[in-house]
Amino acid sequence: MQLLAQTNPDEFLKGLGAIGAGIGYGAAAIGPGIGIGIVVGNAITAMARQPESAGMVRTTMFLGIAFTEALALIGFVVFILLKFT
Amino acid sequence: MFALEFPPIEDLVRWRGLMFKGTAFEVNKVVLLMWAAVAIVTLLFWGASRNKGLIPTGVQNIVESGVEFVHRDIILQTMGPEGMAWAPLLVTMFFFIFITNIFEVIPGIQFPVNARMALPAFMALLVWVIFNYVGIKSQGLGGYFKSVMFPPGVPKALLILVAPIEFLSTFLVRPFSLAVRLFANMLAGHLLLVTFAVLAAALFTKSALAVILPLPFVMLILLTGFEILVAGLQAFIFTILTAVYIGGAMHPEH
Repeated sequence: MQLLAQTNPDEFLKGLGAIGAGIGYGAAAIGPGIGIGIVVGNAITAMARQPESAGMVRTTMFLGIAFTEALALIGFVVFILLKFT
Repeated sequence: MFALEFPPIEDLVRWRGLMFKGTAFEVNKVVLLMWAAVAIVTLLFWGASRNKGLIPTGVQNIVESGVEFVHRDIILQTMGPEGMAWAPLLVTMFFFIFITNIFEVIPGIQFPVNARMALPAFMALLVWVIFNYVGIKSQGLGGYFKSVMFPPGVPKALLILVAPIEFLSTFLVRPFSLAVRLFANMLAGHLLLVTFAVLAAALFTKSALAVILPLPFVMLILLTGFEILVAGLQAFIFTILTAVYIGGAMHPEH
């Protein structure tokens, strides 16, 4: 409380926003990171087992990555909004 | 540290108006780049089709391999042979997005048009209108909503949960994530390149710190290569998702 009384409230809120942005983006990257790992790992397994279906697997893999990645990117946009606006 | 000053983000993505200042039709660098992309795509296809040879040469080579890529790897993989009618839209989309993205690494321009939300948002809206139109036209209004909200094979008790989720994800999340995916990827790439360029420029001094200059500089070069990959990949993903959405609207799941 002592610290709160001394600091400029605007600066304090800005700092809180920056901390929130950093932690928020970090947290948003965890899930998609694991998810993309699972998608690509399984795609590689499928390609190794059946090399003739590699083309189809690759297309589907990119689709899966695109859907999984969307969450991380929304986290990135939230980070930009919190940090810079 | 390093006397490094990162420019505020407004300086990276906001450009001075050149014409019609203060109106809604203000022309700045981003608009000029957009016009340039339209002109380049038009000229590419015009140049490729002007004197068609059986053995493709020059620009015809580029365009033919691009068109074949869209046919083989996007349409046939997702919509099947009947999706060939959509080839003109998808080919144009692929080339346009790729060229607006690749501006990111072209020296002297170095700004991806898609790092501003306007173009991705407009294209996502266009895709939204198209796939809904296709769905309503080929399945009827009721049939389309039924196939979207009540996917077959779901237990009856779960439908109360599944129907609103499917509705939201098809009509709200799809266009939003389509636009944000392209926008955020290009903005993140632009920021990465700027970060390492600023770092390299700040280290370009006579002080002893200059010994670590090669690190950010090599990183900048590697990331430029990576961004070329991302530019192509994002164009591919936007186009293939468009194809998937249109293909899914043409036929109900079963």
